[in-house]
Amino acid sequence: MLETSKANGQIFTGSVRLIHAVGMHARPAVRLTKLAKKFNAHILIRASNAAEWTNAKSVAKVMALRAVRDSIIEIQASGEDAEAAVAALVDLVATDFPDSGP
Amino acid sequence: MNMRAEIARVAYRGRTASIGFAHGPFVRVDVVPNGKRQIGTPGDEKLAIRAALDLAGRQIALLANAAGGEASQILEFQVALLDDEDFLDPIFAAIHAGTPADEAWSSALEEQIADYNSAPDEYLQARSSDLADLRDRVLRTLRGGANEAPKLPSGAVICADDLPPSRFLEIDWSSGGGLALLRGSPTSHVALLARARGIPMVVQLGAVAERAQTALLDGEHATLELDPGTEQIDVFERRREAHRKSRAAAHAFLRRPAASWDGEKIRLLINIQRVEDLAHGDAQYADGIGLMRTEFLLGEQAGLPDEESHYLAYDAVLRWAGKRPVTIRTFDAGGDKPVLGFTKDGEANPFLGVRGLRLCLARPDIFTVQLRALARAAMHGNLKVMFPMVTTPEELEAARTLFADVVSRLQAEGIPVVLPELGIMVEVPAAALTIERFKASFFSIGSNDLAQYVTACDRTNGALAKLSDPLHPAVLELIGRTAQYGKRAGISVSLCGEMAGDPRCIPALLSCGLRELSVNPSALAQVKQTIDGLSRGGHP
Repeated sequence: MLETSKANGQIFTGSVRLIHAVGMHARPAVRLTKLAKKFNAHILIRASNAAEWTNAKSVAKVMALRAVRDSIIEIQASGEDAEAAVAALVDLVATDFPDSGP
Repeated sequence: MNMRAEIARVAYRGRTASIGFAHGPFVRVDVVPNGKRQIGTPGDEKLAIRAALDLAGRQIALLANAAGGEASQILEFQVALLDDEDFLDPIFAAIHAGTPADEAWSSALEEQIADYNSAPDEYLQARSSDLADLRDRVLRTLRGGANEAPKLPSGAVICADDLPPSRFLEIDWSSGGGLALLRGSPTSHVALLARARGIPMVVQLGAVAERAQTALLDGEHATLELDPGTEQIDVFERRREAHRKSRAAAHAFLRRPAASWDGEKIRLLINIQRVEDLAHGDAQYADGIGLMRTEFLLGEQAGLPDEESHYLAYDAVLRWAGKRPVTIRTFDAGGDKPVLGFTKDGEANPFLGVRGLRLCLARPDIFTVQLRALARAAMHGNLKVMFPMVTTPEELEAARTLFADVVSRLQAEGIPVVLPELGIMVEVPAAALTIERFKASFFSIGSNDLAQYVTACDRTNGALAKLSDPLHPAVLELIGRTAQYGKRAGISVSLCGEMAGDPRCIPALLSCGLRELSVNPSALAQVKQTIDGLSRGGHP
């Protein structure tokens, strides 16, 4: 599920399947943006090969993805802690947004 | 005592959102602030909104901490939005360009609310009331309204147009009280919070007087009475006491093996909307599942559900039930349940339109997926399948032919399947009147729609509450005919509408000859107890 790859020098990417039963709804979106904000990296997210990438630190934008169950979530990040950010966010989605998140 | 004054007392009827009783001071709470404000320079306006946002954030955080659990999760989304630069930046940009702070804020929120409201998914739609809550909270500060939690007398019956969850949480319910909403919905977040706290709540009351001293709120009968006379209070207090006693006693009945009446066993089944409903603590005491709705599958993912999603849900329910019967109703979309890419748009009268089985037969591509999953799941339990909104025997036969086709194709693929027993919902008066023409294995009376079609009353229309009485003799006549025919022909007949869970309706249903009732899990104890009381010659 985790395919963190180092591409283009500073940019890290990862992709993961959304297994949450109701999709990217309020609770998962809040968890995801909260975690993203813990990193300094610039983090972008998109769902199922959408053309546009969007800010993973904005709950309004993440909700607007309208990502449904089983869509593929892609994360890309650049900046000092980008690699750790991608790994942490992919893990959060893969483990279905556990209550005691990091 | 002055008779005229007694008669002049007003009573309103709504819909139950949370059962319970409240007798206390009547308080109207007006939520939406409309005051004019002094508009400053863009710099002043930015400071004003920054302060209002900070205050809102602190207030909500306090509420979330105090409430904990589910409530704090509901509020978490609002807190996150207040801290979302992508969301706030355009608002500050608009203010910078000269738009007053309150206008910039409210139009940004309106846009989001409209967006959520247009979502096909009920869950996302429900978020719009959280956004409206946030919008009003910030506007109250900006427009100079008092934004402190209103000082309400303890045990008050609070009346509002609608009430957002955060306002509900601000109210001190520790000494009781109740909630009476002019609009609102039994499925809202507030209703959920009210039920969790045992606060009586009645919604969709329509227009209610602005002023009154005291109020009686009866969540069981969905009534609000203002400035009651002593006689009304006596009646109310007796009902409240009876309710309290029956609640306490009802639980003792759950564990008893079976309800019986007139020497005959009454089978009590449950209605479920989705698999999770089986988690209700009382569900295990049911004699089976009388109605599993399947529309929830239509809202879970974008597009329509695949065969596997269907199968997993049905399989889970059949495994839970073991040997007990499980009646699954095929898609009942249309009417008040539109589904993108499935139901027809632009029908002038969707309740009399292409809905239920009519729609499924018109869309065999979608229907077949459901039938395949049902045929597979039928291998693992006592499955019965029922079709909704059937008008003529030809429709049942068309569905049967389609189902039999599906079964033979699956068998040809080497997949183990079986054709389950097939029955129909009896909810179209034409079907009830010609019930003997249907070659069904069972009948299930959908009394909500049946009553609605027989009385020609939309049951969500509060103005028709009196006319849409399910105990209308014409409705009972059709229920009786169906039950009697079932008895003669040896075909089981159950009833799965709201009547089955209403203690006032149960004597009539049993007198009609019904011996199977299907109710929400939360009503099971009460119904069992009601039947027990009746069998001992008591009154409900």
